[in-house]
Amino acid sequence: MISLAGRDILHAWGKFVFTGVGLGLLIGVTLTMAGVYRGMVDDARVLLDNSSADLWVVQRGTLGPYAESSSLQDDLYRGILGMPGVARAANVTYLTMQVLRAQGDVRAMVVGVVPGGPGEPGQPGQLVAGRHITHSHYEAVADVASGLRLGEQVQIRRQYYRVVGLTRRMVSSNGDPMIFIPLRDAQEAQFLKDNDAIWQQRRRTTSNPAVARSQVPGLLDALLAAQESNPYVNAVLVQLENGADANETAELIRRWKRLQVYTRDQMESILVGKLIRTSAQQIGMFLIILAIVSAAIVAFIIYTLTMGKIREIAVLKLIGTRNRSIAWMILQQALGLGLIGFVVGKVAATFWAPFFPKYVLLVVQDTLLGLASVLLICTLASVLAIHAALKVDPAEAISG
Amino acid sequence: MAEYDKGIRIEGLRKRFGEGEAAVDALKGVNMQVAPGEVVGLIGPSGSGKSTLLKCLGAVIEPSGGRMTLGGQVIFDERWTIDDLSALRRDRIGFVFQAPYLISFLNVTDNVALLPMLAGQPNTEARRRAQELLEALDVAHRAQAMPSHLSGGEQQRVSIARALISRPPVILADEPTAPLDSERAMAVMRILDRMARQYQTAVIVVTHDEKIIPTFKRLYRIRDGRTEEESGEGRSLF
Ligand SMILES: Nc1ncnc2c1ncn2[C@@H]1O[C@H](COP(=O)(O)OP(=O)(O)O)[C@@H](O)[C@H]1O
Ligand SMILES: [Mg+2]
Repeated sequence: MISLAGRDILHAWGKFVFTGVGLGLLIGVTLTMAGVYRGMVDDARVLLDNSSADLWVVQRGTLGPYAESSSLQDDLYRGILGMPGVARAANVTYLTMQVLRAQGDVRAMVVGVVPGGPGEPGQPGQLVAGRHITHSHYEAVADVASGLRLGEQVQIRRQYYRVVGLTRRMVSSNGDPMIFIPLRDAQEAQFLKDNDAIWQQRRRTTSNPAVARSQVPGLLDALLAAQESNPYVNAVLVQLENGADANETAELIRRWKRLQVYTRDQMESILVGKLIRTSAQQIGMFLIILAIVSAAIVAFIIYTLTMGKIREIAVLKLIGTRNRSIAWMILQQALGLGLIGFVVGKVAATFWAPFFPKYVLLVVQDTLLGLASVLLICTLASVLAIHAALKVDPAEAISG
Repeated sequence: MAEYDKGIRIEGLRKRFGEGEAAVDALKGVNMQVAPGEVVGLIGPSGSGKSTLLKCLGAVIEPSGGRMTLGGQVIFDERWTIDDLSALRRDRIGFVFQAPYLISFLNVTDNVALLPMLAGQPNTEARRRAQELLEALDVAHRAQAMPSHLSGGEQQRVSIARALISRPPVILADEPTAPLDSERAMAVMRILDRMARQYQTAVIVVTHDEKIIPTFKRLYRIRDGRTEEESGEGRSLF
């Protein structure tokens, strides 16, 4: 057997390679878009894994620290510690902001954690350099994606922090790198009022007739102290004892502490199902458009190439070539074009993925799905050309 | 007369294009026969029905009536008597055109060997037979060339080789010498004559090329959809 398609491709290889590369870049973009989505999902999973937590305890009626703002009293964790099945519990705060460095600033999610070693709930899981936060003030551990270096000084609100450790794959669902600082500092940064606001509030409290008329000694001082402290956190991270059931413990805390509790699985479905959903839909739209554009390109090229061979097709038919041989030739050319494009696209995506600011994860499953779609699209795109070729009348080969 | 059945026999062939008022009777009862090994001319003014006759014989348009026998088999008797016209063309009819219409993306050998290869014969066997034919036609030295690099005469010889590859009992040639100068036209006619005798092929050459008309021993003149047989000069080709 002879491959007519293969021979034609070899003969007109310049045209095929040129179109194939163009198509390939489109396919590369498509694979990258899928990779961006996979990267977001993977970031979410790694974030949860690296939080060293089994349960996330948040304000009632909220979707947890990453999806909605939640605020809890910072002494609630003590009661949670006393619940059966709970091994460790720690407060944590999250605040997305611009962090100032010597030159410029970085957008980051500032995470307040209880100082301690690795394995402590909320602490970044693994460090790539330096050490964990051990002092209760002015130390920071940053994700390498922030671009910060060990020993560098950063400013968060009014305080300066020294970067003592670097971690990796700790980014928010927006892709912002995380910077860990001691909980107390973070609470202050998050709930900090400026001096004017404090002075205003103090004046208002002091002149409140109810307080002023009160005969209780020390009431005014206690009130002022309460107003100026920051007894809030965003969530309590809980680690379970070995063998404890996450759902049971979560239910206990829900019932007795009247708080919202999410297990690891629930957190994942919130992050992936709710937070990333719009982005995923956005990417889905892009994928659809790219598929249509690729199909149009393949259809146009194959149609043009076929029309350029209409005389030869008439001759082939006249001398007895079967319709299916001719259809197969055109289909093979479309598939060949798709394959060239796919290889170029895969190589391009692999090459440029590391340069993207957000994590791009190219998974084999997407690659195979992409290949299957490319072949399907090419098959559909060749229909027009095949239709035109089969309509050619072999009598046309015999001059009028 | 039985020998014509092994070649080409056309009896009362009619072809009408269109219907009613606008109908054109292109063939009004054509009779023709060509024996195996014989080269017969078909001449006539423009619009007389030459191409229509070739298309009917080549099974690319359906006659309106009559009877056609090719290579010992009745293929048309008021209607097609065989189902697979594509296979009929592939196995029993060789076509040679005014323009050679070679496949531009295949080299000379593969142009000639194409049909048997597409029919599933081993490539090496098909190419070996192609090579033999190319040698017989004096174009073996261009076997690896692409068609666009050949001269007109070379292309025409390659297309004759392609027509002969399946050893068809019938070759239909449509103005095969029109683009060639006198010398090359005579060369092509010599080849057709030699091949016809060597492979016992019945050949019809449609032409209005004055240069080659004297070479036919027998020819048919077609006028207004009807044929008349004439004996030609049969001038020597050598
Ligand atoms: N497809 C067609 N439809 C209608 N009339 C046709 C068609 N093909 C040929 N004819 C008519 O049939 C007659 C014979 O044409 P043709 O066989 O092409 O003549 P020739 O090849 O001898 O010049 C002409 O009158 C032509 O107009
Ligand atoms: Mg004609």
